[in-house]
Amino acid sequence: MNKPGAIVLLMGNEAVARGAIEAGIGVAAAYPGSPSSEVLTTIAGVAKQMNIHAEWSVNEKVAMEVAGGASFAGIRSFCAMKQNGANVAADFLVNANMTGVGDAGMVVFISDDPGGMTSNNEEDSRTITKWLDNPLLEPSSAQEAKEMIKWAYEVSEAVNLVTFVRGVTRISYTKSNVVLGELPEKKEKKAFFPDLWDMYNPKKSKFTSGPFPIFHKPLHEKLEKAREIFERSTFNQYMGPEHPELLIITCGACTSYCTEAVDELKAGEWVGILKLGTTWPLPEKLVAKHLSTTKTVLFVEEMDPFVERNVMELAASLLPATCDLTFYGKRSGHLAPYNEQSTNLVIDALVDILGTTYQARDLSYDEEAKKAIQIVPHRPINMCAGCPHRATFWAVKKALQLDGRKGFVCGDIGCYAMGFTGPGFFQSRTMHAMGSGAGVANGLGNLRQFGFDQPVLAMTGDSTFYHAVLPALVNGVYNNSSFILLILDNSATAMTGFQPHPGTGLLATGDPAKVVDMEAVCRAMGADVRVCDPFDLEDTTKALLSMIKKDGGTRVIIMRHMCQLVKARRKISNKYRMYVDRERCLGDTCGCDNLCTRILGCPGLMVDREISKAAIDEALCVGCGLCADICPSSAIIREEASDE
Amino acid sequence: MSRKTLRKEPFNLIISGVGGQGNVLLSAFVGAALLNEGFMVSVADTFGVSQRGGSVTSHIKISKKTLYSSVTLDGKADVILGMEPVETLRALGEFGNPHVVVIVNPRPIYPSGGATYPDLDKVKQAITKLSSKTKFVNATEEALKMGNPIYTNIILLGSLVGAEVLPISKETMIPILEERFPGKLLDANIKAFGKGMELIANA
Repeated sequence: MNKPGAIVLLMGNEAVARGAIEAGIGVAAAYPGSPSSEVLTTIAGVAKQMNIHAEWSVNEKVAMEVAGGASFAGIRSFCAMKQNGANVAADFLVNANMTGVGDAGMVVFISDDPGGMTSNNEEDSRTITKWLDNPLLEPSSAQEAKEMIKWAYEVSEAVNLVTFVRGVTRISYTKSNVVLGELPEKKEKKAFFPDLWDMYNPKKSKFTSGPFPIFHKPLHEKLEKAREIFERSTFNQYMGPEHPELLIITCGACTSYCTEAVDELKAGEWVGILKLGTTWPLPEKLVAKHLSTTKTVLFVEEMDPFVERNVMELAASLLPATCDLTFYGKRSGHLAPYNEQSTNLVIDALVDILGTTYQARDLSYDEEAKKAIQIVPHRPINMCAGCPHRATFWAVKKALQLDGRKGFVCGDIGCYAMGFTGPGFFQSRTMHAMGSGAGVANGLGNLRQFGFDQPVLAMTGDSTFYHAVLPALVNGVYNNSSFILLILDNSATAMTGFQPHPGTGLLATGDPAKVVDMEAVCRAMGADVRVCDPFDLEDTTKALLSMIKKDGGTRVIIMRHMCQLVKARRKISNKYRMYVDRERCLGDTCGCDNLCTRILGCPGLMVDREISKAAIDEALCVGCGLCADICPSSAIIREEASDE
Repeated sequence: MSRKTLRKEPFNLIISGVGGQGNVLLSAFVGAALLNEGFMVSVADTFGVSQRGGSVTSHIKISKKTLYSSVTLDGKADVILGMEPVETLRALGEFGNPHVVVIVNPRPIYPSGGATYPDLDKVKQAITKLSSKTKFVNATEEALKMGNPIYTNIILLGSLVGAEVLPISKETMIPILEERFPGKLLDANIKAFGKGMELIANA
């Protein structure tokens, strides 16, 4: 591992982790969330070797506070999260910024998700950084991400503020060549919390903010200091002619889209690219210098017109020197403030601005290709073969139908977010933030005085339960809200890569941990609790129905069954070998309307077209046995598999 | 710097398939081999919710001189390794061109929830029409013969290397497999890899 100069293939998230390790961090805390999850996994993998305390914190705010505590005691600390995490953690930072970090720096890596490829929103976290008043860096590659994380500690310590590094999915999840740097020398890290407190003196009162205007003023002075440092940063680079006809101002992942687009259009003689690595506070002198070299500017960045607005604000302050400038970007409609950017989108914008043409491929081929793909079906995402959530949703659907009062599910974030689509039989009706299913159910469950009597089921995963559902559950019990909380306990944070959580008995490092018993916690809070295995479909449906009928109060059902992917990783196989009895399966003539293949929709089931009957896809079936329970003709046979 | 040459700069490989088929593993193997051959590589996979049975694409951009962005430009694929037929066609629609080489596993994975899957022969015809350099490799079929569909992706890896369209050889790939598959798993995977090479030679 300690091979400085070696070139390795690293995912952006691994490069970020390597940067933090090379920077000599002592503490790392995170909550898993794609596209950021692999950062802490990587650090945790070498934590013992490198004398780092690495933890999966229960949520992002706690992670930020854990890192804050370490920094206050003189230990370099690190935090990673996805864009949503920044919202959760912001409240701590808005206060911590009043005083600043300790003598050791603190760096936060936030990975945003343009296009919402691994999220159910696409938020630009840079705006949060700006309203929090923290310095912000944006890497354009895995290599630069590693170098920036290291440098971010110097910035953090120089200006005494938490420093942010913003990634995006394409940075986090792209693997590329990275040159390793040196690992820090092994020396004793000594933590000590300094006894500094003077209510009226921000310089002395390091960790308690006093009268706010007194403490707020130094924050702005620190930002000005960061701006001065950024003016000289080599992470800001210009490529192109001295006086470009068009100046592209870009940052982060978009940098390579711009260089590729300019190459593709062979426009390098006229077009210059100013790549900003330090985006907040804006290095104004540097940007002003480049604005003076051109008459036309195009902004290319992921999501919000963040740099675009900040530069335009600067240009306004420089009037009349900037009065001849024309700006293109999101405001002009050449690029969109939503969805992911790409080289092709930059090419389109350049073609329009430069008045040139571009042909990606042979025209007749293009027509043929477009025609050919008309037969390609949409491939909806699905729960895996053997997923316990499929069984849970089936039982929920059945129980709500039997109850007959138009009950519904308040959904949440995780694999079970598919609850509002086909794989969850369209049972979920709300989906917002982590833990919002339970929160929204609290509100719906207290509408009796307005004649509301629909049963409300709130759904959460096991990791989400600890992250954000605990307060909502307390609230429900306390305010006597009528709803049922379903905890889908599959023994992992499955969606983001099977990270452990407080219910699993494992730490981030793989060491054993105390189990925070969710059943005991729910009971202690005063909720009525049942535990079911969703693959016992009949029992689960009955339990659900009886809970639904028992109106009033906050009730909990824990649906406990291990994630199929975790089983596969642990080499735990299911009990059954499945097959279809072709005599019993009535196919299209059965009144079930393809209940197994069309409605249950497990990837392990398919239609044998030659005979129009159901069949098991042996390449995908894992033998969970669920389909045998739903076939009205009992044509799907569950055979005890022999141990091989 | 590699002594091997690239037919084009950058050279674009796409691996298309269905979430769960193992495209992330394949792209990592190919990326590692290219790195060992001295190339600059960017490998981008589909992560997150699409891994749950959705359509997934890995982009691998190879260069001798610089790191490119990770996503292939429209119409600029040089090689498409298709782990599933309609996903191969989907990738061709977006990234195909008259010169693209296609290696495809013709075993369908049916979309869930009753979505219709087109007639397989029509899909195969459409693929061949969009790439005259198409080779079909019955990887799933061979994997099932070996006793586990899990070998499908390593068979395809063997076919990709055996097709000699990338600047990587069996000699570069074997040590990577040895590192990734410890103990008992290695033999079967080496066998699967060899099977893939054999299939492409006869395709």
